[in-house]
Amino acid sequence: MKNICTRTVTAVIALLGAASPAQADWGLNMPVGVTDMSAEIYDLHMLIFWVCVAIGVVVFGAMIYCIVAFRKSKGAVASGPSHSTTAEILWTVIPVAILVAMAVPAAQTLVRLEDSRDTELTVKITGYQWKWEYEYLDTDVSFFSNLSASSNEARLLGSEIDPATVENYLLDVDRPLVVPTDTKIRYLLTSNDVLHAWWVPDLAIKKDAIPGFVNEGWFQINEPGVYRGQCAELCGKDHGFMPVVVEALSPEDYAAWIDAEQVAAEARAAGTANRMASRQ
Amino acid sequence: MNTPQADRWLPGKLVVLALAMFGFGFLLVPLYQVFCDITGIGQRTGVPTADVVVEQPSDRTVTVEFVATLNQYAPWEFRPAVQSMEVQLGKLYDTTYFAQNLTEQTLIGRAVPSVAPGTASKYFKKTECFCFTEQEFAGDEGRDMGLVFSVDPALPSHIDRLTLSYTFFADRTEVAQANSST
Amino acid sequence: MSEAATHNAHDDHHDHGPAKGLLRWVFTTNHKDIGTLYLIFSLIMLFVGGAMALVIRAELFEPGLQFVNPDFFNQMTTMHALIMIFGMIMPAFVGFANWMVPMMIGAPDMALPRLNNWSFWILPFAGTLLLSTLFMEGGAPASGWTLYPPLSLQTGNALPYAIFAIHLLGFSSIMGAINIIVTIMNMRAPTMSLLKMPLFVWTWLITAYLLIAVMPVLAGGVTMLLTDAFFGTSFFQAAGGGDPVLFQHIFWFFGHPEVYIIILPAFGIVSQIIPTFSRKPLFGHDSMVYATASIAFLSFIVWAHHMFTVGMPLAGQLFFMLSTMLIAVPTGVKVFNWTATMWKGSLSFETPMLFALAFLFLFTIGGFSGLMLAIVPADFQYHDSYFVVAHFHYVLVPGALFGAIGGAYYWLPKWTGYMYDETLGKWHFWLTTFFVNLTFFPQHFVGLAGMPRRIPDYAVQFADFNAISSVGAFGFGFSQLLFVYIIIKCVRGGQKATAQVWDGADGLEWTVPSPAPYHTFEEAPIVK
Repeated sequence: MKNICTRTVTAVIALLGAASPAQADWGLNMPVGVTDMSAEIYDLHMLIFWVCVAIGVVVFGAMIYCIVAFRKSKGAVASGPSHSTTAEILWTVIPVAILVAMAVPAAQTLVRLEDSRDTELTVKITGYQWKWEYEYLDTDVSFFSNLSASSNEARLLGSEIDPATVENYLLDVDRPLVVPTDTKIRYLLTSNDVLHAWWVPDLAIKKDAIPGFVNEGWFQINEPGVYRGQCAELCGKDHGFMPVVVEALSPEDYAAWIDAEQVAAEARAAGTANRMASRQ
Repeated sequence: MNTPQADRWLPGKLVVLALAMFGFGFLLVPLYQVFCDITGIGQRTGVPTADVVVEQPSDRTVTVEFVATLNQYAPWEFRPAVQSMEVQLGKLYDTTYFAQNLTEQTLIGRAVPSVAPGTASKYFKKTECFCFTEQEFAGDEGRDMGLVFSVDPALPSHIDRLTLSYTFFADRTEVAQANSST
Repeated sequence: MSEAATHNAHDDHHDHGPAKGLLRWVFTTNHKDIGTLYLIFSLIMLFVGGAMALVIRAELFEPGLQFVNPDFFNQMTTMHALIMIFGMIMPAFVGFANWMVPMMIGAPDMALPRLNNWSFWILPFAGTLLLSTLFMEGGAPASGWTLYPPLSLQTGNALPYAIFAIHLLGFSSIMGAINIIVTIMNMRAPTMSLLKMPLFVWTWLITAYLLIAVMPVLAGGVTMLLTDAFFGTSFFQAAGGGDPVLFQHIFWFFGHPEVYIIILPAFGIVSQIIPTFSRKPLFGHDSMVYATASIAFLSFIVWAHHMFTVGMPLAGQLFFMLSTMLIAVPTGVKVFNWTATMWKGSLSFETPMLFALAFLFLFTIGGFSGLMLAIVPADFQYHDSYFVVAHFHYVLVPGALFGAIGGAYYWLPKWTGYMYDETLGKWHFWLTTFFVNLTFFPQHFVGLAGMPRRIPDYAVQFADFNAISSVGAFGFGFSQLLFVYIIIKCVRGGQKATAQVWDGADGLEWTVPSPAPYHTFEEAPIVK
């Protein structure tokens, strides 16, 4: 509230700036992402975008030409036809052809996306109001992933903390999902309560988590790094505050990580068993 | 005033159409079931397969993963005995899930199954399953619950890994009572 | 068809005008009175729903929570949608139908005048009931207008009231639709064959059938929600053998045709305005009718494109992708026909024409983003992001709403007998068009960059575009006050309007004097 004027001014300046093409950190477009599939989806997105632009140039061009050329104020007299079978057939058939041409690559990508053979690792993801739980199948490793403490503090109504000072505001968690790169990973999605959707733009994955049902999919990350996303299906009051963070490690680093986690999990399990035993 | 082609019964016909569409809304429920059974879209496998013919086991094997989810933080412990197994198509296997009631009260729970990928659900045959009935547990009781299944050799070749998921739902009213009395 | 003929018809009858006093409006069965009531109601709802949009945009002006808590924010997004769809845009078009359909087909009134009165008077009660949920314990529904379970089952006390309000609104729409169909089928002037009907009448005939086909399905769906919440059924709860996804199928079986229920009457209005100000008949009248019918038919088989992320089998995804892309064909035909109507015409740019042209450009942009959304793999990125918000607002605001505003300017002289203030009208147009783009265009960018919809707070990299969008929304909202001022000014007086009003106007409604007498066409006119 305090800086409405400054923000409006920066926004207007930014708007003018947005006209220039080199605005990568502006997030004008879909990310190319870090998987083969995300790059393929990006290409599909750009293909249909340019097809739309091309159609737009023709259609808007025709409209603008009409508006400029046939003005009554410049003495235009209505003389055009009110019917033309040829034209009408043309502008039915041509769009059908364009659509078929676009449907083919889209269908091919879809078929590749659905091919979930030969995965090497399965992670089960469970949505909760309002956090995620990650379980690594065939290990004892599982943990919750909550909004990071710094974001959680700053996001409260009247917190007086400027979100710009918080690192990765609303896109940071206490424990990210850790996965290896160059490995085909299968994910299972379900929910503990209401619908959620697990979305990581860099992986081009968005899938619903449905209570009572399990969904599956796969991804294979090419680049080590940290990839951030959010819950994408309205799930109640803190829907905006359950980010998804995926940390991709090299297979060696991942192996070391999962071994350490497994040891820690076994130690915890033993501790619980001991406590139970001592209670009895 | 009416035109010669006026149809006096038109309002009535339209009312009937509206009522029929209201009924159609409800008809979508069984239609959806049928649709799911054909396509596996809803991944429902709760219904026992009436007659599982144990066919000649094929040489093909797939991996079956078992996962467990508790709904609404139900006061239960619930986990599969094994997390995955290699399964020969057409052969019968058995495994168990372990469930324990963590309250002092008698509780009723129900496990709802789901298979991923959804298209595989109709090839996943269960002859015996704890999910067929509601399960009653005395306070603190824990027990293994059995499951006998086979995977149909007709499973499409592009599937090499299936997941059987159970979500455990506790009877809400009883949980509320248990929580309020503890 | 001449003015004299209408005047003669006039003299033969005792022209009893409207009753006096406020009760006139309560008991009226006159289609023009009821049309006016619908239009006033929807204008009020435009501001109620708009105020909610401004709460949303104020909160989203910058990152962090400044004004409202997240739960109230969700109530605002839910109520904004419900009010705008069921309280504003649908009643607005029913209002246009009430006023104009009888006059365009040469009928003296609607076929079922008492039913017409009830259809309208249900609305204020249903609207109030819906709004009253804001003050209930637990607040208004906060699960989005789509009311997806299980989240919607977590609504507080408001759920049964909101569902009852939806039932009432649906009831009103169905009765309105029955009335419109019966009027069109039974009350046309004998010489007006179906294909001679103006396009606005055609689009409404098809819309009315869509309403009767899908509003009851929504009623069924929300009834199941109600029994799940209160009577122990398990239609949508996995615990009892139900499936939350089933609700989405039922909802979108209603929801997608609903999109066309909202847009088709706007198509109709634009199809009246463009020929008038191009001084040429509508290009390809019959193919426009067939295109409308194809859109209506296809709208029943595309619903699952709203739910590509639920995990559908490959065949399902392919089917719904292709059927959705197919809808672009008849929609394209309409856009091309409107453009061809202007081709070699004699164009002038009064306010209705300006709104129709903005409709043509901006609706097409919404159509392009719709086409992009149909591509399933790409939809996995677009789905439930701000890209979708930008898409459907482009279709509904500069689409449906601009159609309604253009229609209001187009027929205001016929309704009031006075010309509206053309200078102010142009100001209204340019302000509205500028701000609508400022509001919604940046939302494409934040959506592609990864901002989900229905969130009260967002990561800082989305801040600048959101700030622009909020500035645009406030500008858009306040520009509409000018619209109200122009309407009031026009009702009170101004330059007298002729019967034909626009020199290029053609159709029965332009053969009666302006303002249209309380009773018109008590004897059927002869259509050329």
